[in-house]
Amino acid sequence: MNVEGDSVSNEPPLVQLRGLTKSFGAVRALTQVDLEVPASQVTALAGDNGAGKSVLIKTLSGLWAPDSGEILWQGHPVHLHSPKDAEHLGITTIYQDLALCDNLDIVQNMFLGHEPLRLGALDEPTMEIAARKTLADLKVTTVRSIRQPVASLSGGQRQSVAVAKAVMSKARLVIMDEPTAALGVAQTGMVLDLIKTLSDQGVTVLLVSHNLNDVFEVADRIAVLHLGRMVAVGPASSFDTQVVVDFMTTGRSTRFSGDERAADLQN
Amino acid sequence: MSIRLPSALTPEGTVTDGSGPDGEETKRSAVLEAVDRFGDYWMLGVFVIMVLVFGFLSPSHDLFTRASWLNISQYAVEFLLLAIGQTFVIITGGIDLSDGAVLGFTGMVSGVVMQSLLNAHTNVTLTTVAGFATALLLGAVIGFVNGYLITRLKLPPFIVTLGTLTAIGAGATPLINGGNEVINLPSQIGTIGQTLIGGWIYVPVLVAGLSCIFMGLVLHRTRFGLRTYAIGSNGMGARRAGIGVDNHLVRVYTISGLLAGLAGMMVMANFTDASPLAGQNDELNAIAAVVIGGASLFGGRGHMLGTVVGTFIIALLVTGLVLVGVSGSWQEVATGVIVVAAVAGDQVRLRLAER
Repeated sequence: MNVEGDSVSNEPPLVQLRGLTKSFGAVRALTQVDLEVPASQVTALAGDNGAGKSVLIKTLSGLWAPDSGEILWQGHPVHLHSPKDAEHLGITTIYQDLALCDNLDIVQNMFLGHEPLRLGALDEPTMEIAARKTLADLKVTTVRSIRQPVASLSGGQRQSVAVAKAVMSKARLVIMDEPTAALGVAQTGMVLDLIKTLSDQGVTVLLVSHNLNDVFEVADRIAVLHLGRMVAVGPASSFDTQVVVDFMTTGRSTRFSGDERAADLQN
Repeated sequence: MSIRLPSALTPEGTVTDGSGPDGEETKRSAVLEAVDRFGDYWMLGVFVIMVLVFGFLSPSHDLFTRASWLNISQYAVEFLLLAIGQTFVIITGGIDLSDGAVLGFTGMVSGVVMQSLLNAHTNVTLTTVAGFATALLLGAVIGFVNGYLITRLKLPPFIVTLGTLTAIGAGATPLINGGNEVINLPSQIGTIGQTLIGGWIYVPVLVAGLSCIFMGLVLHRTRFGLRTYAIGSNGMGARRAGIGVDNHLVRVYTISGLLAGLAGMMVMANFTDASPLAGQNDELNAIAAVVIGGASLFGGRGHMLGTVVGTFIIALLVTGLVLVGVSGSWQEVATGVIVVAAVAGDQVRLRLAER
């Protein structure tokens, strides 16, 4: 959490969206969306249901190609034709269902898809050591054993495993879709701490969330979508809850000090 | 705060104490673990009890003899070979109803091939090798076709393999050699079936045992095995982790077919002929063995040791009931009951785990 001064503004942002537009038939899901996601920061993407949050993250994770506009990665235009392309760049998306395998243990889940081998067999010692280190780096300390099946973990712990899996695959940008939606208070705190740790370690986080308490607790920057348009982007300090709610529900706010983009609201 | 068990998570400088999950959670995990552990071994207990019961009920304790062991182990060979492939298939969440039919079909085709080679005065050893190659290759091809149809046409495994079972088992196999047994086989085939190693192990039993160990290692120690579990556990998750799920499934069904081909040869060796009746309904026993061994038909669970125990429970059931003088039909009833009991036990276990 350090936004003071935006001192590294010479460096291009890790990801930059320019004029991103996406329609599904007659439905405009995204209209001329611009967004900068600076490296090593937590950018929160807020918006009401149907604002276009999931379309935006699915575009960024390579599931859907935009109709027009471009995506810049460290200043260079990239084309994401498939989730594989996004993964190669270092973009990992953690969906609400987490995509974990309940029957497998924590270590197995973390390495699934890129398991280290020794003499043709799984290199269990290497896997365990690396898994332990990654979890310790993320300050995940509440799991009893890294060999317990994921099915036996709490919601927050499952999130931790999903994040650790992303870190394991050398993710530079981790997109988290409503990570606290199904969690209680204590578990939510655990996940928010995890997000902070992640960004402290230089991983960029794009957090999609409805929960403004969460957003204000961890976000360095906030971006608000309203009916497919990016209506406000700025440092978290330039918003307060009421302002975000105003943007989310009406697309404008009278008390905003940041960069307001609600030029044209009527379609 | 509950008692914290020795944590596996205390590397350099990490403080394990602090705001952890509440006590209830730790307790739930402990229960779950106990259920899990019990679930892994209870069938072994059932097996031991069955051995004791049948052993002491049988006249003059016939079950505890070498002859009885040779009998049971030889009988178990075909089910064990089929159940190995079936274990992989069931862990992916699929089912292979065709493996018994593939056993019979590959045996017959191989028998006919060897017969014609012998008639053409081909070298006997070469003929035997050709026979094995035919059965294994044919089994693998049929398995590949099953897997291909399941993944590329997105058809349910149940339907595809049922189709294969019907087309091959009921259709093609009886057409081969006019529906008659092939008895003109190379002498080596019979030798394989009758050779005892160390007085206790028939060669087919050894073949099945080695296959079991090898495939057990593949399942529990390799990337291929791990991904087999992952696909059955969460297919979408496996796909997102970058696993080529479709190709993996094709390989799994190919393995099942290949092992059915091997089973076809082993049955041929046991009986020194190739019979169109071989393997009929074997798939049910193989599936039963895997399920009794702790695999879940919903995928993601199962293990090779369990499959071995499951196979021997079925083999013992049949042999044991004969020893204590129960008729053949009642053996089928007993198999049916034990399968349902195993699945019911599995469900109870799952429900306990979910609590």
